[in-house]
Amino acid sequence: MEDGTDVSLSIAQIVQRLRGSHLHSQLERQAKDCLHRPEIKLESLKEDVRSFLRASGWEKRLQNAVYRELHVQLPQCHPTAPAEHLKEPLAYMRKAQASWEKRVLKSLNSMSTELGVPLARMRPAGEQKDLTNKWNEMGTDEPDLSRFRPVYAPKDFLEVLISLRNPNHDSSEDMTVKSHWGLIQVPLNIRDIPQLRQAYSELNLNNGQLGIDDHAHVHPDLFENNYVHIGKKVVVEQDSAAAQQYSRRGCPTGLRSDLWALILNSTNQPQDVMHYEQLKAGVIQHDLLVDYLIYKDVKLTASNDDYYFVFEDFLYQVLLCFSRDTAVLEHFKYNSATPPKSYVHGKVGNEEFAVLYPPNGVIPFHGFSMYVAPLCFLYNEPSKLYSVFREMYIRYFFRLHSISSSPSGIVALCLQFERLLQAHLPQLFYHLRQIEAQPLRIAFKWMVRAFSGYLSTDQLLLLWDRILGYDSLEVVAVLAAAVFAFRAENLMEVTSLASAEAVLADLSTLKVMPLIQIFLFATAI
Amino acid sequence: MAIVNSIFWKTLVLKNLDRSYSTPQTMSCSEDHTESVDCTVKPPVFLQIGDTKGDSARSGVCVVDVTLPYGKPINIEKITFKNYYTAYVTVRLLRRKAEKEGSTKWCTALTDLALMDNPHTDGGSQNYFSIHRRQMQVQPDHVESIRLILRQPSSAWRIFSLEDIRLFPHKELAPEKEVSDWLSDLIVVKQPPDLEVLLMLYVLVKSFYNPDVTACFTTLAQITCCQFLIKPRHISSLQGLPDPQTVSSSIQQMWALTEVMQANRTTASIGRFDVDGCYDINLLSLT
Repeated sequence: MEDGTDVSLSIAQIVQRLRGSHLHSQLERQAKDCLHRPEIKLESLKEDVRSFLRASGWEKRLQNAVYRELHVQLPQCHPTAPAEHLKEPLAYMRKAQASWEKRVLKSLNSMSTELGVPLARMRPAGEQKDLTNKWNEMGTDEPDLSRFRPVYAPKDFLEVLISLRNPNHDSSEDMTVKSHWGLIQVPLNIRDIPQLRQAYSELNLNNGQLGIDDHAHVHPDLFENNYVHIGKKVVVEQDSAAAQQYSRRGCPTGLRSDLWALILNSTNQPQDVMHYEQLKAGVIQHDLLVDYLIYKDVKLTASNDDYYFVFEDFLYQVLLCFSRDTAVLEHFKYNSATPPKSYVHGKVGNEEFAVLYPPNGVIPFHGFSMYVAPLCFLYNEPSKLYSVFREMYIRYFFRLHSISSSPSGIVALCLQFERLLQAHLPQLFYHLRQIEAQPLRIAFKWMVRAFSGYLSTDQLLLLWDRILGYDSLEVVAVLAAAVFAFRAENLMEVTSLASAEAVLADLSTLKVMPLIQIFLFATAI
Repeated sequence: MAIVNSIFWKTLVLKNLDRSYSTPQTMSCSEDHTESVDCTVKPPVFLQIGDTKGDSARSGVCVVDVTLPYGKPINIEKITFKNYYTAYVTVRLLRRKAEKEGSTKWCTALTDLALMDNPHTDGGSQNYFSIHRRQMQVQPDHVESIRLILRQPSSAWRIFSLEDIRLFPHKELAPEKEVSDWLSDLIVVKQPPDLEVLLMLYVLVKSFYNPDVTACFTTLAQITCCQFLIKPRHISSLQGLPDPQTVSSSIQQMWALTEVMQANRTTASIGRFDVDGCYDINLLSLT
């Protein structure tokens, strides 16, 4: 009976969210317009309208919208639970996230004061006109960025995660199996290999995979042709759930952009384009300090990357608009982070003049632009690229830089990586620990970026296929452990952190799917 | 005309009821209306094996007694609490046999309800829970005292307990008459003697259903219209008052408009991040 009330509560919440949306008005208009059609009879009005909507694909669109809502729905919880509990149930994690945020805000404040650059200012008319003209080639504009530095880098964040402690956890015993080899010391529940084998059964050795069985020396009739044929059918059906299931074994290159757009329910309708234009207007009107941080980040990371430097302009167009998008604020209901608050000039403390900064509440860090860069290979229209990126951020990427107990959160991923390595390569782990080269210090930067910028693009996209297909970032931790397993022999020979880093410096030749498959399904337990 | 009007009012009233049940917020509102009962939560008693002086091994079992004021047994609707690292909880109830006199007997209502997915890890360790009477193996009626047996087999935790334990009494709901039945009763009866009293009662019942003030106000307006509809023979005697048909039709139009507005209420935001075009910010607030 409890399940019944849970389901009806979910339904009520989803109806509330979809009501008044553009899809709702489109459905109503379609239903009204179809009344002229001859097959709609007055006696069976309701059934006929319904079958019309089904046949014309509108019911499928509604289904996809509901499926999307299920992905971003707040977890069902007790009516007396306060909102902060929904964001993050564990009190010590909330506290750690709050103090981390305070550090970041202090850093941003001091940057603003030292450099004399205001957090936000209205652009004068001349500057607005300039920017509008230069919109498609912002990369050529070289503002003086030498004074700016990123607010934080992944390694600063790693130090915070290492210092996380559960105050109720008894760690008085010195060496226990569970805890003290690795850097992460919080007792989260993570899955071990037998459980992962069950959860990721589609990646089994017996199943064909893109990334393995589409290799040049495997005849395409054995797997690839049939699989692509099925993929085309899924795209024609326009079904989100089917696309997500399909993506678990990889997406063919030609179909990937449509499949990902389906899974994320990112349409490129006129209202999406209009929304993007509205954000663009916001960029042109106001100049934010975070804009310089974005510029700096793109220049430092994507522009230096052989694969992504061509997309520099796209990255500015997406990330600057992303900062102005208040729709992103919705995800803070289930994100343990809180958007920074400020007051319009001179009205500190007056709630009527309270605003959030930046408008989307997300302060970019060093490497943030790498979340967008791989998507540029799939989408060339800025508004479509933008809506796919935004959806991927509010479903997955935000978990990689906030402290939470979620199984897809970065804390759980780090713990999972360490546990997998400890359980299956204990000698390697012990050796690296002895030479003061804790594996997490090397793997952390890969995981925070979901391997973007470290793998070659085609391999990275195969990895992100599985993230979308399984709706979880766990596969990132599994890949990190698999990379260590692959280079274990070389790593056993090294004698310092620097040489361990050198062994693992270049991942661009790796093939991710064989590594993951062997680690999960061919490791002796 | 009166019949058409009566059908219209019935559907409007029914729709009003539907709306009050369709929004989850209102559902939880009506939950909060039942107050928790005053009870005393005794400090937890940890069970030790053998010598109680020896503190070396931490106990994995503790017992929390929750007693009700003497002479006031209750029928329990649900028990709510916030977990703090308890893995399993067993609920035992001390029930009184008959209404007044009779012996009391302990019985187990729920055995080893799992609160944490894995006793060694953090999942579920700080969540909020309710135990409903439907989940209990025995009827939790005439309960004088509750014993909660908490178990935490893992040695990983320093302390474990339950916080904010509350008991909610079981309320027998009076059989609800469909509100439209009230209306049809009023309309069918030709000369209801205490119509004013009936209508005020109706308003009170409505306000109990839907604590939303605007709904009450609208209900009152509905009532006044009903008065016009229901007392046709008095209309001619009321001089100088507007024609009830025009009043009722104009109010019908207003109602239709409010219904449309409320049905189309959207949760989408407009997307502006500035305050009246101004977004000049000084510093970020650190509190």
